[in-house]
Amino acid sequence: MDTTEVLEGSEAVALAVQACCPQVISAYPISPQTHIVEALARMVANGDLNSQYVRVESEFSAASVVSGASAAGSRAYTASSSQGLLLMTEVLYASAGMRLPFVMTGVNRAISAPITIQVDHQDTISLRDAGLIQLYVESSQEAYDMHIAAFKIAEDPRIMLPVLVCMDGWILTHSYERVSCLSQEQVDRFLPPFQPENFLDVNDPKSWGSYAEEDVLMEFKYAVQKAMQYSKGRITEISSELATITGRDHGGLIEAYRTTDAEVILLAMGSVVGTIKETIDKLRSQGERVGLIKIRCYRPFPFEDILKNIKEAKVIAVLDANVSVGSEGAVGMDLKAKLCGRPGVPLVIDFIAGLGGREVNEDRIVEIVEKAQELGKSGLPLDESYWVGLNPEIVP
Amino acid sequence: MNAKKKGMEEDLFVSGHRACHGCGMALTVRHILKATGKDVIVVTPTGCLETFTSPYGYSPWRVPWIHHVFENGPSIASGVVAALKAQGRDHVRVLVIGGDGSTFDIGFGALSGMLERGDDVLYICVDNGAYMNTGGQRSGASPMYSSTTTDPAGMQSLGKLEKKKDLPAIIAAHGVSYVATASPAYLKDLEKKVTRAMGYHGPRYIQIDTPCPTVWGFPSDQTMEVGRLGVESGLLPLFEMEDEKITAVRKIKERLPVEKYLGAQKRFRHLFSSDEGRRAMEKIQAHADENIEKFGLLKRANNEKQNGPSQ
Repeated sequence: MDTTEVLEGSEAVALAVQACCPQVISAYPISPQTHIVEALARMVANGDLNSQYVRVESEFSAASVVSGASAAGSRAYTASSSQGLLLMTEVLYASAGMRLPFVMTGVNRAISAPITIQVDHQDTISLRDAGLIQLYVESSQEAYDMHIAAFKIAEDPRIMLPVLVCMDGWILTHSYERVSCLSQEQVDRFLPPFQPENFLDVNDPKSWGSYAEEDVLMEFKYAVQKAMQYSKGRITEISSELATITGRDHGGLIEAYRTTDAEVILLAMGSVVGTIKETIDKLRSQGERVGLIKIRCYRPFPFEDILKNIKEAKVIAVLDANVSVGSEGAVGMDLKAKLCGRPGVPLVIDFIAGLGGREVNEDRIVEIVEKAQELGKSGLPLDESYWVGLNPEIVP
Repeated sequence: MNAKKKGMEEDLFVSGHRACHGCGMALTVRHILKATGKDVIVVTPTGCLETFTSPYGYSPWRVPWIHHVFENGPSIASGVVAALKAQGRDHVRVLVIGGDGSTFDIGFGALSGMLERGDDVLYICVDNGAYMNTGGQRSGASPMYSSTTTDPAGMQSLGKLEKKKDLPAIIAAHGVSYVATASPAYLKDLEKKVTRAMGYHGPRYIQIDTPCPTVWGFPSDQTMEVGRLGVESGLLPLFEMEDEKITAVRKIKERLPVEKYLGAQKRFRHLFSSDEGRRAMEKIQAHADENIEKFGLLKRANNEKQNGPSQ
């Protein structure tokens, strides 16, 4: 039977990882990832988790240890944040290219400078093109469920890619919520042991990580692209399979919330989604036709699922907790690129909101909706993203 | 198993790779694997060895082999070791074979971490003293006064002015149980050291001087000879260290002047054409003399036990 407890978000993640029995864990501490890897270390120290725990000297090595372990045929897990994820970047590109299916938690935190420990999505968005499957969660419960799904997604023989589960630092990792956990039997039935077709085997020696040139490199990259595209269907299926076990349906690649007749649709991911849902309920009670699309899977980008749910929309307001400096927010760019050239598509406005922990509360969400409605009437796109909540006294 | 039978075994590193003629590294790797046998997984960071052994679709490796990126050979190896332990594949051992660029410079942090953790990895640095894969740029392993493409000898410069990083000592200071140096000019000694290293558990380190005809600038049939001159001059002492103490050295018969070694290679040619160059060579000779003293390399110099390496 499953159990329900009030848990810190980090503890919930650690319990999910424990239930998936990774044979190798490696980590280097960075706030706000620490509580997850400390909880796992306690489990190992107390004999509650039978994993090899490799305590490394950098995030670069943490990502490398799980890559080596995965190539040797073991299920592996790591976690990091912010600068740590950036330090891992080179390793993660190579591991995706080599099809090493470990799971990692990206505890979201802004990138220096200025240095901060506060949350935004710049860190994981910076890994956008690495070839990792990127999943985002709204709550600690969803973080628990998503980690269990993540191993199954990563290890699917036709996917074989690292999966990055992104959760907002502090807001999710350090707050307490009711979380229901599955029994070990339930998890074992859902997630079979990792038995890859290829691994570093002295009885069947193979060479990994070869040098390639113009005759094959594009085909390698295309194979990753195809695996990503294929994963869309599997992520949806695996999410529903898990939902039937847990009784909790968080959605597939996206969750559409009150979008059916919505004229203004907000597109967002991460913990801000909870606040948006509440605000939408209030606006709906005032007769505003407002809805939300929550992105659960950012890579691969769930364009088809989004398209199905924006039929009535006049404006889509994208909340980007990141910015591609010199252009605009990454999610906004993705959506615009996909909509471009299609007839009768809604106007897309990109809002930069919540950088470095700047609060995105109900008032700010109302401001975004009103701005979107106003621009929707004119029908004209903005030349650049709208930065939400800037302090006019200190803006240069 | 007698020596002849051992020599008849099928090689684990076979022909068909793309190393330059006379590559000291290719020869070295073949003999490393003769000593380890087949139950090893080899990790190779980016570098010459990775490039010339892994054009996609071809491989001379008859053991499982993995290259990932440049800086992380040691931590990929740590991950493999952890996986083997988790799976109970106790008979399989893990080797890193990497160049001096990854070992001395860009992967040094990862190497130090691996040593500190005590992971069961034999780390072998095949040291050719520069970034040969990219055309011979300066590394922390480049010898003093060598000319490299990023620190070249010129009208105002004698090339690299700094000493080679003393990596064996730094590694031994981590508390590593077995540290050795070797040269393909003495293949039996090299194989014996690899065999000894395989007898230990935990991190172990062997640094092998691998002459590079292409960038050092010598004829490709002189690889063994150039390697030998380096050893016999005292510039490249061959020794074994156990628990931070020198336990064996390969004695040299007579002190060869360093000029013989330097004069055989184009990378030191500039030293022969100026007074400053001559003075630099005196410093190199002094360094060789220091080595001879420090390691007791001369046969009659002291009474240190001679049960160590032999040809």
